[in-house]
Amino acid sequence: METFAGIDYNTWWFLVIGAVFTGYAILDGFDLGAGALHLFLRKENSRRIALNAIGPVWDGNEVWLVIGGGALFAGFPEVYASLLSAFYTPLMIFLVALIFRAVSIEFRSKEPMKWWRTMWDVSYSLSSALLAFLLGVILGNVALGIPLDENHIYRGEHSSFFNLYSVMVGITSLALLMMHGAIYLVMKTEDKLYDKLVFLVQRTTIFFVIALVITSFYTLLYIPHLTNQIRDTPAMFVLPVIMILAVANITRQISKRRYLFAFMSSAVVISVALIIVCLELYPTILYSSDSPENSLTVYNSASSQKTLGIMLTVAAIGVPLVGAYTTFVFWTFKGKVKLDETSY
Amino acid sequence: MDVEILSRIQFAFTIAFHYIYPPLSIGLGLVMVFMEAQYLRTGNVIYEKMTRFWLRIFALIFGIGVATGIVMEFEFGTNWAVYSRYVGDVFGSALAAEGIFAFALESGFLGILIFGWNRVGPKVHFFSTIMVTLGSMFSAIWIVVANSWQQTPTGYHIVGEGLKARAEITDFWAMVFNPSSIERISHVWLGSFLAGAFLVMSVSAWYLLKGKYVELSRSSFSIALGVGVVSALLQLVAGHRSADVVAHYQPAKLAAMEGHFDSMKPADLYLFGWVDKKSQKTTGIAIPGGLSLFVHGSTEAPIRGLNSFPEKNRPGAVNFVFQTYHIMIAIGMFLIALTLYSVYLWWRGTLFEKRWLLWVYVWAVLLPQIANQVGWYTAEVGRQPWVVYNLLRTSDALSEAVKAEQVIFSLIMFTFVYILLFALFVYLLNKKITHGPYNDHDDEHSPRHLEMAESLTSKTH
Repeated sequence: METFAGIDYNTWWFLVIGAVFTGYAILDGFDLGAGALHLFLRKENSRRIALNAIGPVWDGNEVWLVIGGGALFAGFPEVYASLLSAFYTPLMIFLVALIFRAVSIEFRSKEPMKWWRTMWDVSYSLSSALLAFLLGVILGNVALGIPLDENHIYRGEHSSFFNLYSVMVGITSLALLMMHGAIYLVMKTEDKLYDKLVFLVQRTTIFFVIALVITSFYTLLYIPHLTNQIRDTPAMFVLPVIMILAVANITRQISKRRYLFAFMSSAVVISVALIIVCLELYPTILYSSDSPENSLTVYNSASSQKTLGIMLTVAAIGVPLVGAYTTFVFWTFKGKVKLDETSY
Repeated sequence: MDVEILSRIQFAFTIAFHYIYPPLSIGLGLVMVFMEAQYLRTGNVIYEKMTRFWLRIFALIFGIGVATGIVMEFEFGTNWAVYSRYVGDVFGSALAAEGIFAFALESGFLGILIFGWNRVGPKVHFFSTIMVTLGSMFSAIWIVVANSWQQTPTGYHIVGEGLKARAEITDFWAMVFNPSSIERISHVWLGSFLAGAFLVMSVSAWYLLKGKYVELSRSSFSIALGVGVVSALLQLVAGHRSADVVAHYQPAKLAAMEGHFDSMKPADLYLFGWVDKKSQKTTGIAIPGGLSLFVHGSTEAPIRGLNSFPEKNRPGAVNFVFQTYHIMIAIGMFLIALTLYSVYLWWRGTLFEKRWLLWVYVWAVLLPQIANQVGWYTAEVGRQPWVVYNLLRTSDALSEAVKAEQVIFSLIMFTFVYILLFALFVYLLNKKITHGPYNDHDDEHSPRHLEMAESLTSKTH
């Protein structure tokens, strides 16, 4: 097994994919959260500002999903194949929601009629909320595990996808991203709309905390394979502590009007949540719920060492580049939204 | 219907629909680079208006391209799980490289392109236009590399057996530069340039016929015609080389493309015709010995017919492959004649007086689109029954976990959504074109100039 800096390639690639999906959750997460909150904004001008706050960046943010999908395909083809074919129906709904989200953003401003705009507002908001929810549901199922046979083929019912636990994770994910999106919008707005969004940050934070507490208790009580690591390694206890502190810090920073710090805190919440899931699962990626020996791990599902090596080189060159122009774009559009003739 | 045929229909439908948009983005991007370069060089406001007009249309096309493209990336895993396991090591790498090197570049800079007109300087904006265009061209590279590997696999070895068998990379660069990569990338690029150039020429011709935006439309048309004529001519070379590769590495596909059942010496080259699979007869107008001449440089050289391949290893839809291939060729030839004749008239200075020719251009926008579509049908249907040539059969590549009713559900959903999407696309495209590049009252000032004027007046208050 090839290693780099003492860590084998498979684990490196697991880290890269984890980092890319975390990047996706943070970046497109605020787009989806802003979208889910869209209908709470009543005035036409408020909705335009909210839409233009994500306007120049949402497309670039979605790229992280594309990179994540490609990275999974290249690094762990067995997981890519088993996971996607098992989750066929919800993924198809996810893809269609992704199309509706994109199309609603693009088409809303193209006609002035009220019914036209309301129609796309509703479609935009519902598809964003659905995406935020489904991301959580998929994560919940991955965390919980699915029945796989010895050839790693899904052998469960297709309706079992919407099980209690995954739905709980879905709701938590929706709440988290709504909070995250609200904070992003606070950074981008002024005056009355700003006041309204500060209020929404408070409400969504409460929503998130309640959802998180319930889901965490359920996990601790009923899902042993997701809590073993944290039981065995007391040092890991620091992670939930960081998460709680970060949530508390959001409210503190908002009241001090330091929005960037508030936004970073909520990004920390997202990252820590995903890091905990990754640490609990590792080295498993897709847990086989009825027969754990059929689980897909970073070792039995990976591409060859040569390919992992090539892809790590690709990632080492590519990820900093992506980071650089993402930063450049965000820097270009920093500050409050100003509507002009190029706006949606 | 079984899962195989449903999955094939779904993949064909979603990829064909998706492929309306990326070639337009690539081609339009290139034309915009030339337009904006003219703006920077001359400072003439007409080039700014032109660039901004096409930018709005570009944004629309790009948006739908992205939305339908993400579907493709996940459809390999959802519908073709065995295929995904088999090729992940090779194909997945190319796809991941596309995401990280190309797609991120174009999507990142797209925001600046569309929303940054008042935020960044003209040079940074021009740089962004170049980056988006390059990004979309890089995208094409990786996607075509992945597909070319399926056509002419090299740089791999097979590990494991039966269900566990899969291809692994042995030589990354041999995989990237497999025997058909270069030929097919250039073929796809040029097809895309043509699609973009003809869109610009179509809209410009329509404005000229209506007597609107005359100066702007003439300049746009001329820029696009330059891109169009060069691409059409180069396509002759690239297309021929692509066919050469097929003749060399996929003789069964070539036999289907030309409707040859028996091995022949010399083999004829059909200009058009009809293939009857039952009686194994192809009727039509042909150049005697033409195919032998094209492939081997001699009218006497032998060409293998379909019957020389085992039945289970040759494409089934022979007439379909024959027709799609010949439609593509016919369109390619017509575009060469059309653009060359137009360049001649342009040089004489009479191009824009020929109203009938402008009408031809209004409708000719469909031709590169059709050629791009049928060209891919030829490539993909002609590769059957293999999904990876001579390695993995399409019928073996399916997801075991997916049932027919699930695919029916998603197929109905995609049909509905894509029809809606296409209707909206046409509606908005039409609206943007009707609205035009500028209103009469803002003829003089670009918004950037207006903004400067505003900031000056507000300071005096």
